[in-house]
Amino acid sequence: MQEAISAIYRSDSRRVLATLVRLLGNFDLAEEAVQDAFVAASEQWPRDGLPANPFAWLVSTGRFKTIDRLRRRARFDSLLGELAADLDKHLPDPSDMSEDLELADDRLRLIFTCCHPALSPDARVALTLREVCDLTTEEIAHAFLTSPSTVAQRIVRAKTKIRDAQIPYEVPTGHELAERLEVVDHVVYLVFNEGYSASLGPDVTRVDLSEEAIHLGRLLVDLLPDPEARGLLALMLLHDSRREARVSETGDFVLLPDQDRSRWNRDRIEEGMSNLQEALDSGVLGPYTLQAAIAAAHAAAPTAEGTDWDRIVELYDHLVDLDPSPVVALNRAAAVAMRDGPEAGLALIDGILATGDLGEYHLAHSAKADLLRRLGKVEEARASYLRALDLAQQEPERRFLARRLAETKPAAPR
Amino acid sequence: MQYLCLVYVEEAKFDAMTQAEIDVIEDESLANDRELEAAGHLIMAQALESVKTATTVRVRNGKLSTTDGPFAETKEQLGGFVFIDANDLNEAIRIASRIPLARVGAIEVRPAMDLLRKVTERPAR
Repeated sequence: MQEAISAIYRSDSRRVLATLVRLLGNFDLAEEAVQDAFVAASEQWPRDGLPANPFAWLVSTGRFKTIDRLRRRARFDSLLGELAADLDKHLPDPSDMSEDLELADDRLRLIFTCCHPALSPDARVALTLREVCDLTTEEIAHAFLTSPSTVAQRIVRAKTKIRDAQIPYEVPTGHELAERLEVVDHVVYLVFNEGYSASLGPDVTRVDLSEEAIHLGRLLVDLLPDPEARGLLALMLLHDSRREARVSETGDFVLLPDQDRSRWNRDRIEEGMSNLQEALDSGVLGPYTLQAAIAAAHAAAPTAEGTDWDRIVELYDHLVDLDPSPVVALNRAAAVAMRDGPEAGLALIDGILATGDLGEYHLAHSAKADLLRRLGKVEEARASYLRALDLAQQEPERRFLARRLAETKPAAPR
Repeated sequence: MQYLCLVYVEEAKFDAMTQAEIDVIEDESLANDRELEAAGHLIMAQALESVKTATTVRVRNGKLSTTDGPFAETKEQLGGFVFIDANDLNEAIRIASRIPLARVGAIEVRPAMDLLRKVTERPAR
């Protein structure tokens, strides 16, 4: 029975929380209620057997325990007595909870509230990982290389703002839905990227943020079939498929053309491709869907040489239209270099660097260095690798650049 | 729930406008106030004269000090406010986004604190 309860905790505790936040109108009360409900379950279920609807049992138990707790505390504080009476009166009948739609909405409400644009970006990420993914503050702190007290403080501040500014527990509608969904997608993508870049690090005890982000992405498309959310899920799955191949046995970074494609995760690619197809079928091509389509073109190539660079450059052209940022332009330049040769790419990168936007971005200099090296301009290539090495922060990237620099030597004098 | 929408605008932007452009903003602002009033959201709306006319008052150790100018030098100045009644922050944000000066400056949305209730419900010490 304890195993069954643990399994239900894993599969249902966030759904129970999402509904209790709505019923109790307060995150902290709802969190305590979820804990109380599962404690009660582990006492009563072994004796009385599994209830017919464990979810409804947990929600109504959590709710009653909360009312009880508020009543007991009310002996010291009359306000809590009012609150308890209020909850008792205004709560819907638990039999209403069989309505799937409302319950699915509760999970979306939880996501949209945690990702509310009135909260700071850091707070959105921390609150989503805490409430929607059920990570502890220690796990979140560890994943973002910060202290548990910082994370705890962010979460407390966010909850205070939700309460005091009255951020409603609701799913936005109309044109607001699109704007707010963008914020949600961005939170998911931030979590994924943090996990993806950290997966190079030596620290295996960190929770797998990429996994959490993919889980969030799946949840989101289940609850709200939006093309861009699907594109985002596809993008994460396709990038994640290369996770093992992008690190060598010695922990070094392996570039896409040098990766062993047999080590790409086929299940991930398949799930990514089918989500991408659905996103493309919608006819709405947002930035995540376009990036996923680019990742898919790589995934579909049997070898690095067999990559369809025409298609990739074409996708980047669309992406530049939607997102005219210098980083996108840099990626496009690299694709153009693959299609039309290093000189064409170099001209574009020089143009981007001339605007001054990416002068401090190590990847701009390393991309330039790679093209110079391919053109045999050894001295200029070395200078660009050195500049990139100067700017790079992460150890695996620095090792990679140092290796490239060592390989780029002037031809031996004859 | 009451929210104060503080309207911040760079006054220099107004100096650079033609009279016709200023007229449009003024008309739109009054029309927006009337709409909010008809919808039952408006508590009070008020535009303010330039910060150049501001006077800052402090009392320290019982002594009054009066200085010229605003309390803090900022790029954007408080140009007015719209005090509203809204269900929640989402509705307040919606209302703030329709304030015409949101297109020129920025609106800070602040929930009002119910000081009277806070004081009367203060636990006995």
